[in-house]
Amino acid sequence: MKPQPIALKVLNIVSVLLFLAALGMVFLYAPLEATMNYVQKIFYFHIANAWVGMLGFIAAAVAGVIYLIKHDQKWDIVELAAVEISLVFFLIAIVAGSIWARPSWGAYWTWEPRLTTAAILEMIYIAYLLLRQGIDDPDRRARFSAVYTLVGAISVPITFISIRFFRTIHPVVIGTNSAASQGSFDMTSKMLATMFFALFTFSVIFVNLFWHRIRLGQLAQQVEQLKLEELQ
Amino acid sequence: MNNNQQTLAHKPASSFIGAIGAIVWKDLVAELRSRELLSAMLVFALLVILIFNFALELDPLTRRVATPGILWATFAFAGTLGLNRSMAVEKDRGCLDGLLLAPVDRSAIYFGKMISNLAFMLIVEVVVLPVYSVLYNTNLFNPGLIIVILLGSVGYVAVGTLLSSMAVQTRTRDVLLPILLFPVVIPILIAAVKASSGFLQGLEVTEVMPYINLLIVYDVIFIAVAYMVFDFVVEE
Repeated sequence: MKPQPIALKVLNIVSVLLFLAALGMVFLYAPLEATMNYVQKIFYFHIANAWVGMLGFIAAAVAGVIYLIKHDQKWDIVELAAVEISLVFFLIAIVAGSIWARPSWGAYWTWEPRLTTAAILEMIYIAYLLLRQGIDDPDRRARFSAVYTLVGAISVPITFISIRFFRTIHPVVIGTNSAASQGSFDMTSKMLATMFFALFTFSVIFVNLFWHRIRLGQLAQQVEQLKLEELQ
Repeated sequence: MNNNQQTLAHKPASSFIGAIGAIVWKDLVAELRSRELLSAMLVFALLVILIFNFALELDPLTRRVATPGILWATFAFAGTLGLNRSMAVEKDRGCLDGLLLAPVDRSAIYFGKMISNLAFMLIVEVVVLPVYSVLYNTNLFNPGLIIVILLGSVGYVAVGTLLSSMAVQTRTRDVLLPILLFPVVIPILIAAVKASSGFLQGLEVTEVMPYINLLIVYDVIFIAVAYMVFDFVVEE
């Protein structure tokens, strides 16, 4: 087994340091929000997680398209890595968002466009993993997953738009606590700085995890090949 | 074999449209003889309506709000049954290999299957609508609603045919199709339910138009995508 390249090792350390710094900024640098107090602190990591989920979603779609054009197994590994990372980070974003939503909106969950789209995206990812599980032939598995990623990548934005429509044409009638009116706040410059730092940190963490996951995929492929050679 | 069928079967499938026509014709004739697929879809659709009746206590007031939702849930469930069956038949009896060997563009197979699936779905809908109207004393004969059902079914079947041809080639097959399909067709279901309820409540056409447009956009995009990627799905 090849050891981790130096650059990856450096990136590991940088990710940890950045994460600690981001944590420090959230709790020590960013001011307390007037009405929501400490609860609002979750916002920085919530948005950063969603951002990483978004990056993974786009990376998966791009890798899927490249696979369909080039038919190179390595893009399948990239695609799977992106999907898995995106799945986990969107899940964290949803959970963090729910924790934040409870005190600020009064409920863990509302059927708001962003939340609903994120939930549907998770469903698509789970379906994607189930699809992969059901196919043994690596070539067919790669082709089908790429096709499904593409279909998912196109349908998710349309889903978002359609739910948006649905809210704008028929506004929420019961109560006035729509998503926009409660839980929004004015950000001070320190808050903005913290938010962007968190976004940057999580982008680095994303690159780091992505790299590790692709490496893992390559190793898994090698193991698969060794097994086949052994059997022959 | 009647004349019409004979001419179609013996004509070299050189033209794209001819190939599509031949596949649709084959599916319709096979279905006319066995009636396996349509009867299963119809009985299932009626059972779903029956279940909704008890699940939702459909008194006249609830009915007004719930009808579009019930209709589309029924169509979606019955649709997966049909899509699964129609592709499984091809796969199990080796027909798909035969179709792939035919010297026609692969996308002709996709469009052929899509149109026959659409035909089955529309037949089910044509039966379900009057039955629902009678059972629940609701007038569903509304030209707007028919357009919505047509557009919604086209989109549903466009994605469904693509995904079902993937699902039949996996180990989990029948179980997999709804899991793959439902999260992807949610825009169709949202737009179709909203547009249907708009028409049934007699809203202005301008208020319903955004949803109709959304359905058209979805249909066009996904027919185009499926046309482009179908080759990868059936390739060996």
